[in-house]
Amino acid sequence: MSIAIIENLGRQVINGLENCGRIVLLLAETFYHLPRRPNMRHVLHQMAHLGVDSLPIVLLTILFTGMVMTLQTAHEFIKYGAQSSVGGIVAIAMGRELAPVLTGVVIAGRVGAAITAEIGSMKVTEQIDALRVMATNPIAYLVVPRFIACIIMAPVLVVFANVIGTIGGYFVATWYAGLSSYTYLHSIEVFADAQDITGGLVKAMVFGGIVAIIGCYKGLTTTQGAEGVGRATTGSVVSSMIMIFIANYFLSLLLFQ
Amino acid sequence: MIKLVNISMNFGSKRVLEDISLEIAKGETMVVIGPSGSGKSTLLRLIVGLMKPSSGEVYIDGQEITSLDEEELNRIRLRMGMVFQYSALFDSMTVGENVAFGLRQHTSRSEEDIARVVRRKLRMVGLSGQEEVMPNELSGGMKKRVSLARAIAFDPEIVLYDEPTAGLDPVMANTIDRLIASTKRIMGVTSVVVTHHMNSAFNIADRVAMIYDGKIVEVGTVDQIKNSENEIVQRFIQGLKVSPGIYARRRLTNESEH
Repeated sequence: MSIAIIENLGRQVINGLENCGRIVLLLAETFYHLPRRPNMRHVLHQMAHLGVDSLPIVLLTILFTGMVMTLQTAHEFIKYGAQSSVGGIVAIAMGRELAPVLTGVVIAGRVGAAITAEIGSMKVTEQIDALRVMATNPIAYLVVPRFIACIIMAPVLVVFANVIGTIGGYFVATWYAGLSSYTYLHSIEVFADAQDITGGLVKAMVFGGIVAIIGCYKGLTTTQGAEGVGRATTGSVVSSMIMIFIANYFLSLLLFQ
Repeated sequence: MIKLVNISMNFGSKRVLEDISLEIAKGETMVVIGPSGSGKSTLLRLIVGLMKPSSGEVYIDGQEITSLDEEELNRIRLRMGMVFQYSALFDSMTVGENVAFGLRQHTSRSEEDIARVVRRKLRMVGLSGQEEVMPNELSGGMKKRVSLARAIAFDPEIVLYDEPTAGLDPVMANTIDRLIASTKRIMGVTSVVVTHHMNSAFNIADRVAMIYDGKIVEVGTVDQIKNSENEIVQRFIQGLKVSPGIYARRRLTNESEH
């Protein structure tokens, strides 16, 4: 009984490591094809599809996160007379962590799932084989445009997220918590610096890359028909989110220490 | 044109093809028959380089392809077209874009020129004016015909057909058979057709190879296959099940002959 459990655990660890290895190989192959003039029409289409179409859900998520963040911060800080720090704390939290991580989570759910479902259904209906038979490399044709679109559009989404999150915080701070506009905005000016924003954008770029590569990998390795597509899509979202949280910790160590 | 030498293919511990050797001449239509799961489609995938055999060699026009990398294989694949069992049309593209795909990817032809080729190929398969239709609006037979138009858009020397008449009514199956024959007549292509429909096989084949349990059990012209003394071939043609006893007896006879 206990041996069976250990065997099962070992098998899962080996499978996990194998998958990690294959994802790294897919990433390496994507970088190999990157400089070979990707089809810009495809890249722009993916940027619109994966990036622009995600903007409303990202904005909605971050607007309310910025508002609730300010609500909680202002409530506690005012108690201790530290209301002059509220704007800065919200802006730093938004720039460094909340905007990139939540945008990453949103695009993992929306974009990662869409990438896996699309490529996965192409895989199970032999469309990937058809590409190869027509002398077209599926990584160059399918993965590279999505990878480029995600690493460009994730930081763009985060820029909007930073703005909307801070605006949401501003309205809660001024209307609900009774802070003056000047206190809120001056606090941002004093506490936050450009590194908080650029660091967040670097994170977003990495998260975009993670979502694209894992989404494509799960799609390209889909088997067993429609049920397999569903399983791969769920796996893609879960794996992307886990990788985003892990990567976020190490990126924070690297960028903000 | 196509030569398979001592091809074996394993999936894990399961042997799918065993010591297959087969030669297909330029311009010939070779039909590969056999029951489902006998390894016919695997054979096609080996010829087009979608899989590499566990052992053995595949030659296309004298060039051994199993040792080639993907980019070298792509140069060979430009001389081939393939019609997939479930058509494998790109469902995000229109019929016209599907047929034009290879031309757009691999040539610098003008859009007018590509549109002209697409019109001509769609006319060949009897689908004139369907350029703007999406694949999900087509019937199974129409999808197969678009798939054929896409396969021949690049004027290939070899066309591979994976179960081209599977799931079609007899009238549409006949239409597809006639298209396969006319494609060969008009373009002079070498064709390999995998099917388990005996009518189709006898309608279009120059030669027929029968695969059973991963091995080629008979190769010959349509008449030779029809008059074969091989019990497995005869039972398959007549739609009768091959019992394990017959197969084991046949194997023993073959082994003692060798």
